[in-house]
Amino acid sequence: MPKKLRRYGPPLLLISPSLILIGVFVYALIIANFRTSLTDITTAPQTTGLAPHRIVWFENYINLFKSDAFQHSLKNLILYTVTFLVGTMFLGFLWAWLLEKRDRFEGIFRTVFLFPMAVSSVAAGVIWRWLLNSNQGTRASGLNRLFQLLHLDFLQNNWWNNNSIGIMAIAMAAIWQLSGYVMALFLAGFRGIPDELREAARVDGASEWKLYRHVLFPQLSPVALSALIIIGHMSLKAFDLIVSISKPANYQTKVPAVDMYIFKSQYYYASAAAVGVILLAFVLVLIVPYLVRMTKREK
Amino acid sequence: MKRIVKVAVAAATAGCLALAGCSGNSDTPSGNDSTGQEQVEVFTWWSTGSEALGLEAMVEVFDRDHPDVNFVNGAVAGGGGSSKNLLQDRLDAGDPPDSFQAHAGLEIQDYILAGQVEDISALYDEFNLRSVFPTDLVDLLTSGGKIYSIPSNIHRANVIWASVPVLTAAGLPATAEFDSMSAFIEALEQIKTATPDAIPLSVGGVWTQVHLLEVVLIAELGPQAYNGLWDGTTDWKSGEVKAALEIFNKLMSYTNTDRDSLDWEEPSTMLIDGQAAFNIMGDWAPANFDSKNQVDGADYVYAPAPGTAGVFDFLADSFTLTTGAPHPEGAKAWLQTISSLDGQVAFNQIKGSIPARTDITPSDFSTYQQTAISSFKNDTIVPSLQHGAAATIVQLNTITQAVSKFTSGASDIETFQAELAQAMA
Repeated sequence: MPKKLRRYGPPLLLISPSLILIGVFVYALIIANFRTSLTDITTAPQTTGLAPHRIVWFENYINLFKSDAFQHSLKNLILYTVTFLVGTMFLGFLWAWLLEKRDRFEGIFRTVFLFPMAVSSVAAGVIWRWLLNSNQGTRASGLNRLFQLLHLDFLQNNWWNNNSIGIMAIAMAAIWQLSGYVMALFLAGFRGIPDELREAARVDGASEWKLYRHVLFPQLSPVALSALIIIGHMSLKAFDLIVSISKPANYQTKVPAVDMYIFKSQYYYASAAAVGVILLAFVLVLIVPYLVRMTKREK
Repeated sequence: MKRIVKVAVAAATAGCLALAGCSGNSDTPSGNDSTGQEQVEVFTWWSTGSEALGLEAMVEVFDRDHPDVNFVNGAVAGGGGSSKNLLQDRLDAGDPPDSFQAHAGLEIQDYILAGQVEDISALYDEFNLRSVFPTDLVDLLTSGGKIYSIPSNIHRANVIWASVPVLTAAGLPATAEFDSMSAFIEALEQIKTATPDAIPLSVGGVWTQVHLLEVVLIAELGPQAYNGLWDGTTDWKSGEVKAALEIFNKLMSYTNTDRDSLDWEEPSTMLIDGQAAFNIMGDWAPANFDSKNQVDGADYVYAPAPGTAGVFDFLADSFTLTTGAPHPEGAKAWLQTISSLDGQVAFNQIKGSIPARTDITPSDFSTYQQTAISSFKNDTIVPSLQHGAAATIVQLNTITQAVSKFTSGASDIETFQAELAQAMA
């Protein structure tokens, strides 16, 4: 027994504060949130416990999925996520590939591409709101004005004010923000490949393209998967950038996270909690297979 | 030896985390501050511009009348929306400010029903307020015979502002007075054809569009039927409402395309910059004109919104005493100042609204305010939708969503009307 204590005691003691804090502030709250989502708390007195509430099970979820407004939000979320993922993966990979050559200016470029991530989403949002101004013609500003100056007037559009695909304009800003991060991940991936492999391939007479195609790229797939998971879950939770470019009340750019905010502000705690659970479920769908894969590999 | 170090590090880390976990409460005001002075924390969304200056003027009066109470400004930026969310969080967490700003009307009813504000009827007797406020207004602050807040100021929402230079350039007379929405639309059409670069009617984000819708509903339905929209006696699905929505749609076609990214100041400033001709906004707009040295009558003109002469679409700010307020005495002192004649005059002279008290001298106020004071006395009073007087937060949010969907082009008039009816059902 003392031997066991000696072996497991210190590590347990070390992690116990974080275990307790995470247990209370993450898992207990997730359970509390799930419980709220099963109630009918939709009025001010119910939120303070002055009026009774009852359990309505999955009614909130059913109502959400049936409502046109929430379907619109989900559609926006899918569009946003797909655009964001494809954009960051493509640009991030491209930049990493270019920098992988150990150029003299690599340090500078790496910083340049990574820098947008250091800018806060709200500050970036204010600038992008100006860039994505929907005015055209004589009152145009931002990107629309740039198109005019370049005599590319036909490219002018109303950006995020388009009801069906406007959310993709905001995904553009998100791509700008996080492509550098994906680049850094891929760059680390490239650097992790031992030089011997390249040399071996060259000795075997592989051309430069074949070297990349058959030797280097396949080794990057774990990195690509990590990047996909990280960017994917960030995208599902997107709120700050959307709200600072558009406004929570704007129909064009509604996503579930914005719905959650609005529900909460009108005392619909149950619906807000339900949206939270739905978002968590989406993130789990992404992350759980990844975690399972990781643990399998470690074994 | 190594093991001891390990244990020590673990214990130290645990200690640090425990401390960090417990220290979260240290920044909340607890009892009296270190000097032993009484204090009061007042939560408002008056954090910038004329609103903040008005609050400062009120605090000056407060410091003079209650030198023993320390004023703590809990103003939070972000207009009504995000600051109300923050307030809600604080109330839920049992960390209320001593007093907070709330719109008179159905908006405050949520706080009353949630048991988050105290009955302060007794203060009305103590400060002799029963006779100084209009009874209609006090009714909106009352629930079950008890009064829950004290009004500080009244705004008028149905005002139209116009830029004189832009009107002149389009060959229109320098007036903002229109008998009806159709006469107004003719003027908008003329601006559009005569000066294609000018925006006939400037508008901002969704809330300003709801504001515009409310004014159109008053103009087209008349005050009585408009009031009926909120108590259920006017049918939202009626042909009259549909006609009003068509007018609203027509008006929106004369507005700026970047509206959804703006608040109210930018559209108002478009008049000052000569970019737009008309703007329908509440009477907090003069502060914006003043701050840019615009002259009433020469640079800008105003009138009751088209078709709403003789109607005063009102909203009022009021202050509460929160349940479980850490400093109830300080809050009482604050409520005394905001209800006093001196406090209301000092505040409203700067904020641009009119005092809720009726025993004021109109000549102490600006030209615009004098017109508002006399209108408030003589006109038919109707409650504002956008500003919390006519509808609950849920109803307003639902209407706001329907408006956003419609003005962004995602729904047609029939769907729009059905969604509005649904919101009030």
